[in-house]
Amino acid sequence: MSASYLARRLLAMVYTLLVVSIIVFGVTQILPADAATVIMGENATPEQLAALRDRLGLNDLGVVQYLRWLSGVLTGEFGASMRTGQPVLPTILEALSRSLTLAALSIALMLVVALPLGILAATKRGGPVDVLFGLVSYVGVSLPEFVTATLVILLLADWLQLLPATGYVPLTDNLWVGLRHLALPVLTISIILIAHVSRMVRSEMVDALHSDYVRAARLKGLSENRVVYVHALRNALLPTITIVALDVGYVLGGIIVVEEIFAIPGLGRQLIVSIQARDLPMIQAGAVVLASTYAVMNLVADFGYALLDKRIQYG
Amino acid sequence: MAEVLRRLVRTPQGAIGLAIIALVLIAVLFGPWLAPRDPFAISPLQRYRPPGPVNFLGTDHLGRDLLSRVLHGASATVAMAIIATLAGTLAGSLIGTGSAYLGGRVDELMMRTVDAVMAIPSLLMSLLVVSMLGRSATNAVIAIAIAFTPGMARISRSVALAVRKQDYVSAAIARGEGAGFVILREMLPNALAPIIVEMTIRFAFSVMLFSTLSFLGLGAQPPTPEWGLMVSEARRFMHLSSWMILWPCISIALVAVGFNLLGDGLRDALNPRT
Repeated sequence: MSASYLARRLLAMVYTLLVVSIIVFGVTQILPADAATVIMGENATPEQLAALRDRLGLNDLGVVQYLRWLSGVLTGEFGASMRTGQPVLPTILEALSRSLTLAALSIALMLVVALPLGILAATKRGGPVDVLFGLVSYVGVSLPEFVTATLVILLLADWLQLLPATGYVPLTDNLWVGLRHLALPVLTISIILIAHVSRMVRSEMVDALHSDYVRAARLKGLSENRVVYVHALRNALLPTITIVALDVGYVLGGIIVVEEIFAIPGLGRQLIVSIQARDLPMIQAGAVVLASTYAVMNLVADFGYALLDKRIQYG
Repeated sequence: MAEVLRRLVRTPQGAIGLAIIALVLIAVLFGPWLAPRDPFAISPLQRYRPPGPVNFLGTDHLGRDLLSRVLHGASATVAMAIIATLAGTLAGSLIGTGSAYLGGRVDELMMRTVDAVMAIPSLLMSLLVVSMLGRSATNAVIAIAIAFTPGMARISRSVALAVRKQDYVSAAIARGEGAGFVILREMLPNALAPIIVEMTIRFAFSVMLFSTLSFLGLGAQPPTPEWGLMVSEARRFMHLSSWMILWPCISIALVAVGFNLLGDGLRDALNPRT
């Protein structure tokens, strides 16, 4: 990994964050042309609207408004919520920490299940296990989160009465009860992830098992386990890392719906509530934080990939 | 075209996918005629009926026939998702092919921008757009089209880049054809196959996204029998009558699985080499 690659990749990320901020600001503040109407409702008098526009600086050019907002964002000053009057940043960060807990647990569960599942399907390729695996993973990737969540609640909370259906208890308050409440949301997100990632692991493993170096390893007389888990798996895992990184973006999107359904006070639910209340500073901050998290994850994945795979020379 | 279809039916994914999607399209086009009852007719005495001989799939909390609602919902859900995907594909493929045609610095800048836009998850992007345009089915369609455009642009561009190097494109430019002619008549038709495969898979994703927006109350509005909206309405009663929530869930899953299978089958049929 050369210094120039590092610099270019970092520059690309700065550009990404810039474009994200322009889009978020553009969509929320300039497109409807009038944040004042949004705030005061449709029954406001023209005089009230004019006064508010003046106070919010909405009569300035869009570029001026954007730069004013951006300089606030860069110094961590996202403004105050229009709904609660609380400063936006602490609220967002607290919500983000809950969302990241949910995301991390889901990704951990996914890794524990998806890797063995994909390997199993690849080594038993064409057999009944593989066919069943293919069917289930197809359905898994084809269900939207709210359907998966509904089915999971119906089965585990309603019929079997194993877990609480909704609600949130901080893990620091009561670890056991907190985990029980997080179980269904984590399961929902990981089912979709497992379906996706294990399919990737399977197809990469199938390719690896048909490669020349695996044939060479077999011909050397190595045990089947050693061939599969040392020779094939190591090479099959590299492309999987990229998929997992891309899936982080999916998780951050999917979390919006899952948090809403299971009533978890994370960033996703915060966003939905803000959107319903038309709380502009909150929407803007939430969207920027979510998209930035994704951009940073992608950068980390790229660097990780470059460090792990010595064959790749980034110019 | 007939050759592609023959190869498509020969793969198991293609055959099953085609069969499912054919059924779904029948429901989309003729659902209103196939429905045994009025999907909006409220009958207080027939509420929460389980599936039976009169109401094959049961009735909901207002006594409306669920079979009729699911059939009417096909056009309210799938047709909307298809329109959104088509619009996003059109915009994306024009941007992508245009970017490949222009090449150089402009191409680089456009693709960096597309990458940047894709840092915003599709659901978040459509949420932002809908929240500002106002909640309605039409606005949800616009939002999904906008959310799909950068992804489609990236894929079209990667295909069009290879087409751009072909002799017939150079010949057209040498003849003095305008940019519009080269992009629309020479490059786009030859980049179409992978774009169609991606579009088919995105139909599945679009159905999921559209029903999610409706589920969140930001897409189709009551009393539309949109499937996502039906799930959200049925959630309150799911402890009492789970079939209410199962039918729209199954419908969404069926359509998404069908489009995914069809897309995979098409990919195999259009690339005989792999």
